[in-house]
Amino acid sequence: MASVTMTVNGKQVTANVDPRTLLAQFLRDNLHLTGTHVGCDTSQCGACVVHVDGRAIKSCTTLALSCDGASVTTIEGIGTPDNLHPMQAAFRENHGLQCGFCTPGMIMSAIDIVNRKGHALDEHTIREELEGNICRCTGYHNIVKAVAQGAAAMK
Amino acid sequence: MYAFSYHNPKTVRQAATLLSKNAEGKVLAGGQTLLPTMKQRLASPSALIDLGHAEGLSGIEQKGRNIVIGAMTRHVDVATSAIVKNAIPGLAALAEGIGDAAVRNRGTIGGSIANNDPAADYPSAALALGATIVTNKRKIAADDFFQGMFATALEEGEIIVKVSFPIPSKAAYEKFPNPASRYALVGVFVAKKGSDVRVAVTGAGSNGVFRSKECEAALAGRFNAKSLEGVKVSASGLNADMHATSEYRAHLIPVMAKRAVTKALGK
Ligand SMILES: Cc1cc2nc3c(=O)[nH]c(=O)nc-3n(C[C@H](O)[C@H](O)[C@H](O)COP(=O)(O)OP(=O)(O)OC[C@H]3O[C@@H](n4cnc5c(N)ncnc54)[C@H](O)[C@@H]3O)c2cc1C
Ligand code: FES
Ligand code: FES
Repeated sequence: MASVTMTVNGKQVTANVDPRTLLAQFLRDNLHLTGTHVGCDTSQCGACVVHVDGRAIKSCTTLALSCDGASVTTIEGIGTPDNLHPMQAAFRENHGLQCGFCTPGMIMSAIDIVNRKGHALDEHTIREELEGNICRCTGYHNIVKAVAQGAAAMK
Repeated sequence: MYAFSYHNPKTVRQAATLLSKNAEGKVLAGGQTLLPTMKQRLASPSALIDLGHAEGLSGIEQKGRNIVIGAMTRHVDVATSAIVKNAIPGLAALAEGIGDAAVRNRGTIGGSIANNDPAADYPSAALALGATIVTNKRKIAADDFFQGMFATALEEGEIIVKVSFPIPSKAAYEKFPNPASRYALVGVFVAKKGSDVRVAVTGAGSNGVFRSKECEAALAGRFNAKSLEGVKVSASGLNADMHATSEYRAHLIPVMAKRAVTKALGK
């Protein structure tokens, strides 16, 4: 076991973990932040995307111990049911989800796209940038619309 | 994953010491290759020596006529670097095309080059640009570094510290991505420096990245896409799998080379 300390959604947490613990497991099992999903074991689906020090990463492909000292933001950290983040609101308005399994990762990736590429996102850019997020329900059209609208609303 | 001990050195020297004490240990960079492999139990290092907190391993600078990139520099930082975009735009574009955004936010140039996946992008740039791989022990020319599938000149306990790319007069990369994985089915990096033209191919060779003598000979006279017309590349020694036959890969090499030359000439 080894000790790890990080800031998750603004709160400092310290825990003793097995070195094998992935950041996704740490968030879900230790902190009970189950909004971060695990949808594959090949690092391809993006359901597990969270922000570490402001960058979108796959929490299933990062050790919790590597995040010692880091600041982590999960889907639980960006809005509340009464006060949704503009990107969450855009997904709701545009019917950008069906079963919702991919949605937390989609939204965390979408916010990262806005952080890197700005608020005016064309369809081609959004589709290219969502390369690492797989949805088995929606067929993506409404996700793309939601990201464009959410990006503009984040201004 | 099998159990391992975890180490978090603050310097490259400490990392090297830890590596020498853990014969079955491995360094961890971005983890975008190593962790999935460990999750599938295809690798079982006894120790992971995380370079994530070691000083002096990331950053990009221009030193004379070279672009020097620290081993822990993430793909996204190469893709968006003003220095790289200005001096070797083809290298920035290559980094922008690796995997997906989350992989680029985490994966590193040192990890990609050390891993030498036969379909990885960076090895082709290193070979075509005639890069020098600088380790904690020595400097290795790219020509000597890549030694076959997942094989490199790195010895036990050797750690890549940085990679130095001579600035070419013209260079570009074109890849035909596998539609599912985005790894290169065939990727071709062309570079021209003075009268020296080098064409490195990734994704196609069953022995990893290699230089295409056929394309280089054709471009030696005139560096333009027309010179590559009619060039035939032999399919022997090329990969064949469910995605493409070796003949198809052989066909794609001059096609991607042509596109790369056109791009390098800014047409
Ligand atoms: C979904 C997905 C898609 C991808 N698509 C592509 C793609 O299209 N093209 C492509 O090229 N790659 C692709 N990759 C791989 C990605 O680029 C990895 O980041 C890269 O191959 C390895 O870099 P890393 O920093 O993650 O290394 P790690 O996974 O941490 O390490 C890889 C290996 O290199 C060794 N190593 C790492 N750093 C050093 C060092 N400084 N000195 C010595 N040894 C070292 C490690 O011990 C390990 O054996 C993809 C990965 C994923 C998960
Ligand atoms: S669970 Fe992380 S990419 Fe699929
Ligand atoms: S909404 Fe079901 S996976 Fe995307």
